[in-house]
Amino acid sequence: MQNKCAIELKNIRKTFGPVVANDEINLQINRGEILCLLGENGSGKTTLMNMLSGIYQPDGGEIYKDDQQIAIKSPKDAYDYGIGMIHQHYHLVDVFTAAQNIILGLENEKMDINAVNDKVKAICDKYGFNVDPKKKIYDMSVSQKQTIEIVKVLYRGAEILILDEPTAVLTPQETDKLFAVLRNMKKDNKAIILITHKLAEVLDVSDKVAILRKGRYIGTVNTKEATAQSLTDMMVGHSVKLNIDRPVYPNPQDKLQISGLTVVDNDGVRKLDNVTFTAKTGEILGVAGIAGSGQKELLEAITGLYPIKEGSIKFIRDDGAQEELVGKTPMQIRQVGVGMGFVPEDRLGMGLVGSMGMTSNMMLRSWKSGKSIFFNKKNPEELANKVWKDLEVVTPSTEFPVRRMSGGNIQKVLVGREIASNPPVLLTAYAVRGLDINTSYAIYNLLTEQKMNGSAVMYVGEELDVLLELCDRIVVLCGGQVSGIVDARTTTKEEIGLLMTSVGGKEATNE
Amino acid sequence: MSDVKKTPLIRLAKRDAMDPKYAMLIRIGSILLALIIGSIPIILTGVNPFKAYGVIIKGSLSNSIYLKQTIKIAIPLLVCSLAIGPCFKMKFWNIGAEGQLTFGAICSAFVAINLGGKIPSLLCILLMAIAGALGGGLWGFLPGLFKAKFNTNETLFTLMMNYIAIGLGAWLQGGPWEGRKGTQIVPMFDKSTYLPEVFGVQCGWIVALLLVVFMHIYMNYTKHGYEVAVIGDSENTARYAGMNVGWIMMRTMILSGAICGIAGFLVLAGANHTFTKTIANGVGFTAITVSWLSQLNAFVMIAITALLAVISKGSSTLNKQLQVPTAVSEIVSGVLLFCMLSSEFFINYKIIFRSKADKEVKA
Amino acid sequence: MNSLFALIAAAGTYATVLMFGTMGEILTEKSGNLNLGVEGIMYMGGILGLVAANRYEAIVGEANSIGFVAILVAILGAFAAGALAGLLFSFITVTLRANQNVTGLAMTTFGTGVAKFVGEIMRTKLNGYVSVSNHLKEAFSFKFMPDFLKNIPIIGPIFFNQVHFFYMGIILAVVIHLFLTKTKTGLYLRAVGESPVTADAAGINITAYKYIATAVGGGISAIGGMVFTMTTAGCVWIEASLSGIGWLSVALVIFCTWKPMNSIWGSMLFGSLMIMYLWIIIPGIPTEIYKILPYVVTLVVLIISSIRNNKDKQPPASLGVNYFREER
Repeated sequence: MQNKCAIELKNIRKTFGPVVANDEINLQINRGEILCLLGENGSGKTTLMNMLSGIYQPDGGEIYKDDQQIAIKSPKDAYDYGIGMIHQHYHLVDVFTAAQNIILGLENEKMDINAVNDKVKAICDKYGFNVDPKKKIYDMSVSQKQTIEIVKVLYRGAEILILDEPTAVLTPQETDKLFAVLRNMKKDNKAIILITHKLAEVLDVSDKVAILRKGRYIGTVNTKEATAQSLTDMMVGHSVKLNIDRPVYPNPQDKLQISGLTVVDNDGVRKLDNVTFTAKTGEILGVAGIAGSGQKELLEAITGLYPIKEGSIKFIRDDGAQEELVGKTPMQIRQVGVGMGFVPEDRLGMGLVGSMGMTSNMMLRSWKSGKSIFFNKKNPEELANKVWKDLEVVTPSTEFPVRRMSGGNIQKVLVGREIASNPPVLLTAYAVRGLDINTSYAIYNLLTEQKMNGSAVMYVGEELDVLLELCDRIVVLCGGQVSGIVDARTTTKEEIGLLMTSVGGKEATNE
Repeated sequence: MSDVKKTPLIRLAKRDAMDPKYAMLIRIGSILLALIIGSIPIILTGVNPFKAYGVIIKGSLSNSIYLKQTIKIAIPLLVCSLAIGPCFKMKFWNIGAEGQLTFGAICSAFVAINLGGKIPSLLCILLMAIAGALGGGLWGFLPGLFKAKFNTNETLFTLMMNYIAIGLGAWLQGGPWEGRKGTQIVPMFDKSTYLPEVFGVQCGWIVALLLVVFMHIYMNYTKHGYEVAVIGDSENTARYAGMNVGWIMMRTMILSGAICGIAGFLVLAGANHTFTKTIANGVGFTAITVSWLSQLNAFVMIAITALLAVISKGSSTLNKQLQVPTAVSEIVSGVLLFCMLSSEFFINYKIIFRSKADKEVKA
Repeated sequence: MNSLFALIAAAGTYATVLMFGTMGEILTEKSGNLNLGVEGIMYMGGILGLVAANRYEAIVGEANSIGFVAILVAILGAFAAGALAGLLFSFITVTLRANQNVTGLAMTTFGTGVAKFVGEIMRTKLNGYVSVSNHLKEAFSFKFMPDFLKNIPIIGPIFFNQVHFFYMGIILAVVIHLFLTKTKTGLYLRAVGESPVTADAAGINITAYKYIATAVGGGISAIGGMVFTMTTAGCVWIEASLSGIGWLSVALVIFCTWKPMNSIWGSMLFGSLMIMYLWIIIPGIPTEIYKILPYVVTLVVLIISSIRNNKDKQPPASLGVNYFREER
């Protein structure tokens, strides 16, 4: 007779340098149960699960399997203990068939593709998957690829399955199918851990919910006894006073009108779905949402970097004239005199050139100016020195490669450049991610300064406390749709939390 | 945040930046090591390696005739290395310098054969240069176009283009341009197509040095150079900055091909005064290694080119004086390239042994 | 029409050379290593195969030399040279992480240098001539199929009137094909070349696979060089005649879309094109142009497959790119 409790975690702690990712985590995972692990971005869910799947090892605490203390030192160990994790990024060889991918790396498996196919089929039939083992990965949809990852884990005899945000890439129909499979596995006495932010799904599929907040374990509740509101409260916690200065701009005007904006990625997934809102001068418009809800695509679409399927983006000039931005390249947008600052999420991969110094990076905005075939280095040099001094960037010189600066200094260089020309529109994505408190406040002040200069600032953020105190209004995205637009001065953390996790804005009523 | 298993015996860590003095020492060390390894075949032929290296140096630099020949070898190599620089900076693996040089030479020879002696010398030479640049530019443009439009693998594309150009050259040499039937030799061009000499060497060396300066300025001070450098670091950043990545790619390949074509023109008008299909003679390939090893620095290219040219010319003297096979030059060059390629590893990575790593953890 | 079949039949020997060169490089590239040193490796195989056979004969004496053993010795000699070159390439690119293109080109310089050097040394040591005795020459070029098969019209000369290396090549192509598609090790090797991240996550030892595939691949390519010296070149070292064959093999790898079975007919086609000028004169098309055709068709294949983006005809996805785990 098997124990009901499959895995128990006691006082798990994990740090990365000075950052405590997990602290005093206690968790019990039972067989024949679906446990949802709920928490905001950066609450330590994935780190915790990576310790179960052998990618990290805990710095403190114990892991028990069937009351035996175990040490999971590698992904292979995890497999041997029957733990299988399905990551957000799939590890599959594109030109291989499903079956070939499934047996990759299996030591005791004979290369008998027919036998493998049969076994795969047996697994599929048992749990209700629909997989053709002979189909090549490149012919598969995202959800089929995910299925292969799950079958791969089951094939290795996993009894405990961890799925990291499996529904992020799925359509509602595919999600329903996945949940049906998960329920079948539950019946088969497997233990399942589901990492997700979507409350509707949590309430739909799970038996228990464990909540993490900022790396700490908050508690476990039975799903039956929980409501969306109670879970949100546990997840976001009480508001923390940050004391960010929020002055009021006297006369806000519409600056950027976005209507019906829809974009589709290479896999055919709708990353933005009929997004409509207006950004105004003299305000910081927050954009809240779970990671991957379309924030990146939204900003890139506005700046002309992401292909747009439908909709319009209108820039309103000071004299009231409107300029349509859809269909223009970044250079064309600049040439028609639309000033836009953009601080992208990927600082070194998109906003800056890592191998170059501050001066050359300042040039990224001005390199084209002038008729000469030579670039003008004087102005960027002056700007670099100004940013260096004004924002207190720590670097030996303006020629020092920015890649080798610290994260905070890299961000100062990027933000410094983008606000240098006082652009009428300033877009920022995760502007304070990874920065220390002081630098974060420095950035908040810079953004507020821009706002008071009459810029329309958009602030894509992940910390609700900051959004609530820094912004004037907040657009909440959920699954590529606008689930609500709220007044940051009157709303609550709980309200935003709910909007972030409710698909399609069904529960959104504000405004 | 790599896999946490038991600490392996040897671990690698990327160095932040090595003191340039040590980096230089490692590079010089790698050259010395190459010379030591390269002395093995010399010893096998029963010659004292010290003496052999002495002959190589003397036989390439000690008098004006040797020196001129060394410079003659160095010119196309240097020009092609310069040409490849911007491509590699852009992370576009152009290994087609051989073909770009050859096709440039073909176009140049076309002008020389048809117009040589019929128009004023200077005009003819100028037209040859332009034809060479156009031909090479075309040969560079095609792979650039397909890379930009269809993401066709540029390494394999440029490789094929080499042999198509050489094949065309073979056809011309043995067909339309052949002198006496059956000789497979293109007659010498009219004297009016010869490049003038400066200090007793074809003036190509001036062109090459001018190109060094040009390339240095182009890469470091022009908008084009800036675009190329940004694309090489991150295509996304380039798009963010409003650059037209596809066009810049094509433009850079045209430039690169054109300069290779000029190298072909220089060999043709400055040295050979006739066309052969082997006019590139591997220079395009060697230039790739030179370009890479100099880390795309135009001035360092002069040094590495000089080193390889000395070995090449010196070996032929070595062959005449001590009967050591000329192939020694290729062996030594190959070993030299291997050693210098490997040395970068020790400049970029720290090797950490287990015991030391443990101490670091405790500290 | 008859001259076309005669051409194909005659192309067999040349095709054999290409077949080995190509199959070796396919194996190498399947591991993600783009070894552009094939030219140098085939050069080394060409001379060391000859030297091995020559030394064997010198040791046992002309009268005692056995054709079969001489062939074996030549194969081993060439293979060893190519495998060592493959190991060196792997060491520099996998362990020391140097750029593959540049290392491959340096390998070409080095390999041709070594081959010419050895050839030259042997020539001076043996007073001007490196070769083997006539009966060994016959052994190398022996066409062992029975006459009644050779005499079948059309098929006979093409398929049965070939040197034994030709059949070895075909068998090897089948073996490599089966290895890559039917065995676990072959599957793992392809995974390494396609997606090293995936292979690494699955616990496959990427370094070992790359080293072994590149070494064995280099060895096989080198055998191609040996076949050239011992058959086409008549067991005599003529250094210039090998020139370009290695590059043609690299082209053929692309033409075959990295499938060993395609290398059988692909090398027949390329071989035919290379010697076509001796057999068929098409008015208006100069013979030298025929020799460009292999490269032109390869280019066309490369372009079409990239435009169509047919996933099954692409290079191994990680080809030419070094894999460092810490950059995952």
